[in-house]
Amino acid sequence: MAEHAHGDHGHHELPFWQKYVFSTDHKVIGIQYAVSALFFLLFGFCLMMMMRWQLAYPGQPMPWIGTLFSAVNMPEGIMVPEYYNQLGAMHGTIMVFLGVVPLAVGGFGNYVLPLQIGAPDMAFPKLNMASYWVFFVGGVIMLASFFVPEGAAQSGWTSYPPLAVIAPTGQTWWLWGMVALITSSLLGSVNFIVTTVQMRAEGLSFFRLPFFVWAQFVTAFLLLLAFPPLEAAGVMQLMDRIAGTSFFMPSGLVVTGQALDVSGGGSPLLWQHLFWFLAHPEVYVLILPAMGIVGEIVANNTRRPLWGYRTLIYSIVFLGFMSFIVWAHHMFMTGMGTTISTFFQATTMIISIPSVIILTAFALSLHGGSIRFSVPMLFCLAFIPMFAIGGLTGLPLGLTASDLHLHDTYYVIGHFHYVVAPGTIFALFAGIYYWFPKATGRMMNDVLGKLHFWTSLIFMNGVFMPMLFVGMAGVSRRLYDQTQYAYGAQVQGLTAMSSWSAWLLGLAQIFFIVNFFWSMKKGKKVESDNPWQATTLEWATPTPPPHGNFAVTPRVYRGPYEYSVPGASSDFIPQHASENGQVAQPEPEPEPTPTPADDD
Amino acid sequence: MQEKVYGYWLPIDISTHGATVDWLINWLHVFMVALFLGWGVFFVYCLVRYRRRANPDATYDPIKGKIAKYVEYGVIVVEAVLLVGLSMPLWADFKHAFPDESDALVVRVVPEQFAWNIHYSGKDGKFGRTAPEFVSADNLLGLDPDDPDGKDDFNAINNLHIVKDKPVIAHISSKDVIHSFKIPVLRLTQDAIPGQDIRIWFEATKNGTFDIACAQLCGLGHYRMRGQLTVESEAAFRVWFDEQSGAADEEDEFSF
Repeated sequence: MAEHAHGDHGHHELPFWQKYVFSTDHKVIGIQYAVSALFFLLFGFCLMMMMRWQLAYPGQPMPWIGTLFSAVNMPEGIMVPEYYNQLGAMHGTIMVFLGVVPLAVGGFGNYVLPLQIGAPDMAFPKLNMASYWVFFVGGVIMLASFFVPEGAAQSGWTSYPPLAVIAPTGQTWWLWGMVALITSSLLGSVNFIVTTVQMRAEGLSFFRLPFFVWAQFVTAFLLLLAFPPLEAAGVMQLMDRIAGTSFFMPSGLVVTGQALDVSGGGSPLLWQHLFWFLAHPEVYVLILPAMGIVGEIVANNTRRPLWGYRTLIYSIVFLGFMSFIVWAHHMFMTGMGTTISTFFQATTMIISIPSVIILTAFALSLHGGSIRFSVPMLFCLAFIPMFAIGGLTGLPLGLTASDLHLHDTYYVIGHFHYVVAPGTIFALFAGIYYWFPKATGRMMNDVLGKLHFWTSLIFMNGVFMPMLFVGMAGVSRRLYDQTQYAYGAQVQGLTAMSSWSAWLLGLAQIFFIVNFFWSMKKGKKVESDNPWQATTLEWATPTPPPHGNFAVTPRVYRGPYEYSVPGASSDFIPQHASENGQVAQPEPEPEPTPTPADDD
Repeated sequence: MQEKVYGYWLPIDISTHGATVDWLINWLHVFMVALFLGWGVFFVYCLVRYRRRANPDATYDPIKGKIAKYVEYGVIVVEAVLLVGLSMPLWADFKHAFPDESDALVVRVVPEQFAWNIHYSGKDGKFGRTAPEFVSADNLLGLDPDDPDGKDDFNAINNLHIVKDKPVIAHISSKDVIHSFKIPVLRLTQDAIPGQDIRIWFEATKNGTFDIACAQLCGLGHYRMRGQLTVESEAAFRVWFDEQSGAADEEDEFSF
């Protein structure tokens, strides 16, 4: 590794701020990411719950909560359209860039990936720390933007110019925030790639890697290759706003009766191409780590190898590649001709195939299993049909003919929320329930977990299923009040149903929040380092894993999912168990463990 | 008897191309539901049959079986058929098989925050020149006052009148930000992008008045950017058209 001598870090205590705040330990950073992301998920969800009042009861004052807001945003408790648009834009931004990605990649990726590959830490611990703190700055900028004159960004999470360019100051803050968040993801992705390539334990070949590691590895490439165009586009829009350039501003704009003072000659569609060139791979950044988590938990709880391990890997690699050439299906209605639209329809249909294969593989894994319905498994089992709905509803949107009617309607909202909410977020919950005992040494409560699961499952569907019908009726997305239209008034009842489900879904999360904090202090202590009787390397560490992770540097002898091997003495054989089934034990007095070289 | 216009599924379709769209949407959903249910039966069967209590020892070897593979191929075939057989021809029709301008009603749709300017050529059938510098409160389209072609042009704000069974060619653009011209009963969505002039065509087959909506977030008034589509007989349309056009002409007379 490094030329300079390793210190003996196992024994000297780091000061608090170095151990828990500006830490270079991947586990602390993972937890920082996860906790921040959970906070942002809750915050983004609250924004949406407020919007849902306006949607269910347009123009009526919001009881009690409405009085807490300023007269500018909610005069007499009634939300103004500008504020509604702010909440909408920030809900999307926060959920995607500050919630799901940081939890799935920053949180789980950081915490679990080095453990699963038997590494003492990430390849670049300081880069890792920088990644979190740049993310943190991005988050603070986004939150602060609510308090600037005229409020936060309000042009949708997609920020299409010219609207975004002529929007109030909040948009500039949004762009700065995005630049920070993208930079953070880039730093993280480089680290994941190098760590996976360079720091795998002895014997851990690529086709012995747990599926989760593969998913993170492909995700890291997506982040690395897709984010730079958006970073460039973000800076270009920033220049359009503050430096008078016209990258995205065409000539001859007349806004509210006044000719706009811009040089012109730019193209609003350029932004859309750059944005979706990121944002479609981004969809797979949201879903791949979730699939990785589901793969781990399904294998563990069916007690048999994942069906089609190699097929799964080829599928996600193919998904990752294809995700770069489908972006313009978000833009079918921008005046696209037949040649281009044919290409993007075809790629969109093709990308559905690996997704179907992945779901099929998960379902076939159940066949012949001995299924334990643990809380993490319940969430994973729900992920499978929920993601299937999300995937299937993508088909009518991916064909231009049906998209003619469904484009930019609530059907789109229903579709992608099925992918990310009861899809990805369920998988993330599963991951939290599954790895919580490794990180804390205590199990989460089973009863609360099951209550959380069943209520969430019912209300998630209560939120998103009606949206598919509202969209089918023709209601456009991002409407402050759909009753303005005859067909919107017709399905207003469904929209109210979504709202009530959303508020009940909010209440259901109390089970999780209580469970999370209560279990940290009072949860049942784990009886071994491997409470789920799993095969992968993260369970070979002490609990919780110390700085440097492994008491004995692991060596890997087999593939990741050797469950129920015929003739074996137990129903699982850990990856680090040698041929004769022996697991290397630490010496009674553990030797100081090697740690990454560059943390002091 | 009043036919139900809007409901919990697709609204009524009054367009010539909409039948294909509806056919595709409906059959696609039948396909999706069938796939989901068929697959769901297997899923639930596995959960029950292979729960720990019923099957304490898992099988190591993967199940062999061709069904999954055949389903997979089936999905590919269905997708390919829908793409090549339906979606592509419809799109080609929509994008390229334009009716002759002389047989069609030609309008310009130039939205702004938060209204639909519908520019009609007037009796002469010629659109006057427009430019941003002429835009004012009385001249939302920015018609050049010196262009004789524009004298009888008129702007029917939020009010698109068309003739039943006569094709319409619409030139879609925008004055300020991106809007999206959406008429659910015509199965029509077209982004209105400033700096671009996008031509679309459609034909309505039923009389009546229907909603026009904006489908692309365009600012605080996005939700109330509602227009009205009136489909009427040639005669009724002519009366309205001549009245509007004449009024425009007269206004111009007075102002000079």
